[in-house]
Amino acid sequence: MTNRKHLRDTPRKLTPQIVRPYGDTTGDGMIQVSFTLPLPHDKRAEGAALQLAKKMGMDPALVVHAKPIGPDFTFFVVYGSSNHLVDLGQVHVQEREFPLLSPKEVSLAIKRGLRRRLVVVGACIGTDAHTVGIDAILNIKGFAGEKGLEYYSEITVVNLGAQVLVPDLVAKARAAKADAVLVSQVVTQKDAHIHNVSQMTAAFREAYPAGKVPLLVAGGPRFEEGSADRLGVDRIFGRGTTPSEVASYLVHAVVPPATPSRKKAS
Amino acid sequence: MSTTPLIHLDAAQVRQARSLAKRAGAPVVKIAKNHTTVSVERATLRLAGLTGADHEGQPWVNHLVDAVRGQVGLEHGVTTPVYDALRRGVAPDLLTLAQQSASGSVSFRLPEGGRELATTQRTARAQVARGIRAIDAQRAARDRLIRRHGNPKQTPWIYLIVATGDIDEDIPQAQAAAREGADVIAVIRSTGQSLLDFVPEGATHEGFAGTYATQENFRLMRAALDETSREVGRYVRLTNYASGLCMPEIATLAGLERLDMMLNDSMYGILFRDINPIRTFVDQRFSRQIHARAGIIINTGEDNYLTTADAVDAAHTVTVSQLLNEYFAKEAGLADWQLGLGHAFEINPEVPESFRLELAHALLARTLFPDAPLKWMPPTKHMTGDVFRGYLLDGFFNLAGTMTGQGILLVGMMTEAVVTPFLSDRDLALQNVRYVLDAAGGLREDFHPPRDGFIQTRARHVLGEAVDLLDRITTDGLLNAIADGTFGLMKRPADHGKGLEGVVTKAPGYDNPAVTLLETGATR
Repeated sequence: MTNRKHLRDTPRKLTPQIVRPYGDTTGDGMIQVSFTLPLPHDKRAEGAALQLAKKMGMDPALVVHAKPIGPDFTFFVVYGSSNHLVDLGQVHVQEREFPLLSPKEVSLAIKRGLRRRLVVVGACIGTDAHTVGIDAILNIKGFAGEKGLEYYSEITVVNLGAQVLVPDLVAKARAAKADAVLVSQVVTQKDAHIHNVSQMTAAFREAYPAGKVPLLVAGGPRFEEGSADRLGVDRIFGRGTTPSEVASYLVHAVVPPATPSRKKAS
Repeated sequence: MSTTPLIHLDAAQVRQARSLAKRAGAPVVKIAKNHTTVSVERATLRLAGLTGADHEGQPWVNHLVDAVRGQVGLEHGVTTPVYDALRRGVAPDLLTLAQQSASGSVSFRLPEGGRELATTQRTARAQVARGIRAIDAQRAARDRLIRRHGNPKQTPWIYLIVATGDIDEDIPQAQAAAREGADVIAVIRSTGQSLLDFVPEGATHEGFAGTYATQENFRLMRAALDETSREVGRYVRLTNYASGLCMPEIATLAGLERLDMMLNDSMYGILFRDINPIRTFVDQRFSRQIHARAGIIINTGEDNYLTTADAVDAAHTVTVSQLLNEYFAKEAGLADWQLGLGHAFEINPEVPESFRLELAHALLARTLFPDAPLKWMPPTKHMTGDVFRGYLLDGFFNLAGTMTGQGILLVGMMTEAVVTPFLSDRDLALQNVRYVLDAAGGLREDFHPPRDGFIQTRARHVLGEAVDLLDRITTDGLLNAIADGTFGLMKRPADHGKGLEGVVTKAPGYDNPAVTLLETGATR
């Protein structure tokens, strides 16, 4: 509770450096969690739930709901104040490293910089059959009110669809002279998404001479931000990515600036 | 399941829709009848009693079919060269023959004709008929157990998914789910099984996002649920997936091991697994003939279209697919009570009146197929990770299900698209279903949407769009429509896709005793 004073004293307009969860009062730290313990429902189980909550930094904690699930398990809902502080100075996120362009600007940049159409090959690889992600980015129908890459006059899209085998993807990418390869991975059980993408990048590096590998981009709701290097891809896109973000990134990464004079110092 | 329909459809338009579906489907049935596939032939050998695999897991049915195909082709069916070899004394039995053929030491031939051929085919038929009679016996056993333990007390039947990858984990989870109120247990298959051109063998303990469908896994789970059925006093049904490259074999194993429902869509494999259209239609027809014989309820996969296309704009593609699935199913001998035609609650909740639209679409399906136990699928596409909102959405899904008289309700999980459901997610989900069914189970009686109101008008509008689309499909041809991306926005040409190399055109002398027994209903 000692932190409350500090927060109350912070001027409203400024974002404080230190924050706590907000229940109904600034600085109250209130959170709620639910979990199941492999214990029959009795007083001891509720005590066990409280002990867990305290170890998670909830103090005071209140078991507001406990319900047996069969003879051997109990489900709990616990409310309490978290005694952890969030230091915003220690929060690191990946900011977008490229400017967001409109479809017109994308087309113009490709025309001037590449002087031919930019070729994108997309697929759901491995056993993944969820084409929702790749279709949202590639299909003309698009996503979130934005048209997909097929709509862009200077981009040629080859959408291979679901469950494409990695060797087929490499072959199709070579045949189409792809500038960029987009793969979508939704299924994540047992880290299938990581396994599939690593397998894909290895195959591309094997099949292409060094420095000639097309831009490799992975997308899906469960990729960890900042894991691109580990997976061997050039960029990862997460949940909520729109087609124009992808198009803007492709221009940023693939298209050389039109004339040297326009090159920015940064 | 027939009661007075809640919405009024123009009888002439309904007739037109069915006759268009028949016109669209008939040419495809003709193609299916003119071809066989490696999996149909393997399924036939399984009926004749060939089981097991070599030490690398390659099933003996695959070895034998490949050997026959390599030497004399499959154009005349696999059984004639196989039983000719046995008759000539090449090997004492089917298994030994398969083992010898794997090492390349058997030479197959096609008997010339006349008495030799007739004797061979008679022997083949007698052997395959034993498998068919085993399926008949399992159907009778199911009927007996249903009489003893009873059906679920309520409709819709509550359908729950189990998927751990390990059959030994699946069994206690399935039994627990049944005790908590599940009427139907579905064991999801391991991701990627649909693209295996063989059926794995034995009890399996590792799979990705599901458990392999094998004969032994089927047997173990059915036995466990028989035990639980006795305990809970109702017959708990078991579901698996007859789809992918081994659809006919898996259907056969399901019949032999008394599974009760099978996912079996006429176009799913083509659209979502990129399996060759001809392969799919041939395999599908055989597997549906097996399901018809085995008394298995099929579940079709129309819900999948709505996960890729918009659920309002594409509502009529669901209706079209249901009509096609119905046509193909009946052509293969399935009865109305065996048609768990699929549809789903997938309209974007941000769309105004989304719940009324859902009711309209659900009632359209209910009214078009009054005697089919429709399979009602929960929201997945608009489950955002906000589990609280997702729980509310699932409540509305359950309400729509009971108000519109759906037959099979797949229980929605609030953690859909987040994690593999926790034990508590399943418990909460069942509480949701139970609350809605207890609180509003009889609401259908009071629910009469006015004839010119929003719901009825919308239902008729969707039917009209479905008829228009069917009209275009019959003009273009169904295979062309599939190639053009009519369903689920996926383009699948008839000469592409996985498994095409396993399709064989039948020769005039083609003989398959399984097909004969299935089509005539004979037992010997």
